[in-house]
Amino acid sequence: MRHVLSVLVENRAGVLARVAGMFSRRGYNIESLAVGTTDKKDISRMTIVVEGDDRVVEQVIKQLHKLIEVLKVSNITNEEYVGRELVLFKVMADPTQRAEIMQIVDIFRAHIVDLNKKTLMVEATGDDKKLRAIEEALSPFGIIEVVRTGKIAMVRGQKSHLE
Amino acid sequence: MLLSGAEIVIETLKLEGADTVFGYPGGAALPLYDALYGSSIRHILTRHEQGAAHAADGYARVSGKAGVCFSTSGPGATNLVTGIATANMDSSPLVCITCQVTWELLGKDSFQEADVIGITAPITKHNFIVKDIDELAKTIKKAFFIASTGRPGPVVVDVPKDILIKKTEFKAPEPFASLCGYEPKYKGKTTAVTAIAKALSAAKRPLLFLGGGVVIAGAQKEALALAQKINIPVICTLMGMTAFPTNHPQHLGMAGMHGSYAANMAITECDLLVGCGVRFDDRVTGSTADFASKARIAHLDIDPAEINKNVETHFKAVGDLSWSLPLLIENTHPGKIEPWWQQIRLWQQEHPLSFDTKSKEIKPQEVLVELDKLVKGEAVLVTDVGQHQMWTAQYCTMTKPRHFITSGGLGTMGFGLPAAIGAQIACPEEEVWLITGDGSIMMNCQEMATAAELKLPIRVAILNNRGLGMVRQWQRFFYNTHYSSSRHEPDMDFANLAKAFGCTGIRVDEKKDLPAALVKARSIKGPVIIDIRVDNDEDVMPMVAPGQALAKMIE
Repeated sequence: MRHVLSVLVENRAGVLARVAGMFSRRGYNIESLAVGTTDKKDISRMTIVVEGDDRVVEQVIKQLHKLIEVLKVSNITNEEYVGRELVLFKVMADPTQRAEIMQIVDIFRAHIVDLNKKTLMVEATGDDKKLRAIEEALSPFGIIEVVRTGKIAMVRGQKSHLE
Repeated sequence: MLLSGAEIVIETLKLEGADTVFGYPGGAALPLYDALYGSSIRHILTRHEQGAAHAADGYARVSGKAGVCFSTSGPGATNLVTGIATANMDSSPLVCITCQVTWELLGKDSFQEADVIGITAPITKHNFIVKDIDELAKTIKKAFFIASTGRPGPVVVDVPKDILIKKTEFKAPEPFASLCGYEPKYKGKTTAVTAIAKALSAAKRPLLFLGGGVVIAGAQKEALALAQKINIPVICTLMGMTAFPTNHPQHLGMAGMHGSYAANMAITECDLLVGCGVRFDDRVTGSTADFASKARIAHLDIDPAEINKNVETHFKAVGDLSWSLPLLIENTHPGKIEPWWQQIRLWQQEHPLSFDTKSKEIKPQEVLVELDKLVKGEAVLVTDVGQHQMWTAQYCTMTKPRHFITSGGLGTMGFGLPAAIGAQIACPEEEVWLITGDGSIMMNCQEMATAAELKLPIRVAILNNRGLGMVRQWQRFFYNTHYSSSRHEPDMDFANLAKAFGCTGIRVDEKKDLPAALVKARSIKGPVIIDIRVDNDEDVMPMVAPGQALAKMIE
């Protein structure tokens, strides 16, 4: 099963290496990891998507807690949260196919952000399902490159995880 | 007061109560060693940085205080690595100050530069690199705090040379009870402990399983009181051998791969296993599917990450054992377990530890039996890694906590001699014995020079079987007796090697000379190395093959 962990860490050089190193040396699979600063300048947030059964995730969370620079770990998998990812697709598109692709892009409320004679670049944001759907819709044209940010997530409601 | 970074390191160490440092100088460390010159801190110059790390570890294990070591940058720091990993696996508090090239040279593959933070991150509790001289004192204070609280472990502080040279106004760092992301918890949920107490009172075949955590928590008295109150059988891990007096009638011996028959059968047949300060290491559990498969498992430990890591537990109590064990004693009542004891006594009678006492050659076990007669559980016993380590755990009486020092988790050959040096420095009044093999002693034999320089009265018994005994045992059992690279040729004369280093060397070839040699070694003032020629085909018995069920012992 896929779990989404929202992890607050000290904003300091080397923290990412420490977290990533812990995952790799204990054999846990990171599906995606996104990191960025928060509204507090000395604290960063990592959103980590990890694959594993409940026992594995229990261990992942405990091992994360053991890292001194990790301040808080929340498993938000079963909470009401908004999860988003940004993806860039480079798609084969000669001028005759552009209209069709633009239609698809409109349906998914995505954007075309670059264009040349043979290809165009699509920027899409959304949850897993939507991004899978747009990828499927674009693949018949030939996707030459995909870049993903990894998922970021925020729990709905008034409470802040930073508190 | 305006002090250099190096002077701040020394002042902060003094404030932390560290009076002894083990180390080895070098280019980047020169400012630090200059500040050390004439200071009140005692510096022990080992002959290799690995020796410094193990000696600081031995010092920490015997005293319970954080051991401190210094090294220079690059190879100096990387030579500490095995020692740091050893301390990490056995939860030993260590503060390692590694000097680093200057900030200007860092990241440029400069002379004697190594990424110490990257290298040591997976084998430390935490590590720091100091960027700002005004953070130096606070960082060292943090290092001591992290190393010696909660579940102890090694902490590395990497200090670039320019930080050591720069000067700043020194202020003693403010005390703190926790750090932003680190707050050791000693007390847990009372109800978690009372639930275990209830199960323990009702169990028909209970078993108390003690590990190194009991020793670290200083909870031997509590473990003994609990065991006596409810007359429960007790087993120990290798790291927990001094958690419970081995000569106590309720003690069934060590558990695991070379555990006693009764201990391993008790694990297999018990209905409630109460593990205290243990981590269910594979050398103890054998096959986890078959481990205590008829039992519910209760786990008491200070580290929440140990719960459910290797075996699934039914009861957990996270907290310091000196908090949880008294609660357990208070709430547990003796149950009716006479039939369980009858079964255990039968296992003990039918399968005692044994070896051939009539052999013409010196049996290695015999050396330990003879030594045990002399020291009677009073000495600090240090070991290296291999057959001799298992025989020491099996045949020596252990009654005092922190009196058995061994590399249990990492299994580091070469740990013994420097650890014995550290142990003897931590407790100059105690009798310290190192039991080692001819394989292990060669891995750090240069430290004989350190022992000789300091005239430390450590006694070293080398069970010399002219090769790697444990490797050969596995080759006999599992690899068709192919002795691939496990014999030492030519024969090594350790008595003469000892003399060359300035130690006393004794050689024992004949069985009849053994007792007198051990007695003589005890009477000599400086370090003594006794090269004892033992039977080179002896096996450590019983044995559970790796990954097998504990009940399937080879006897």
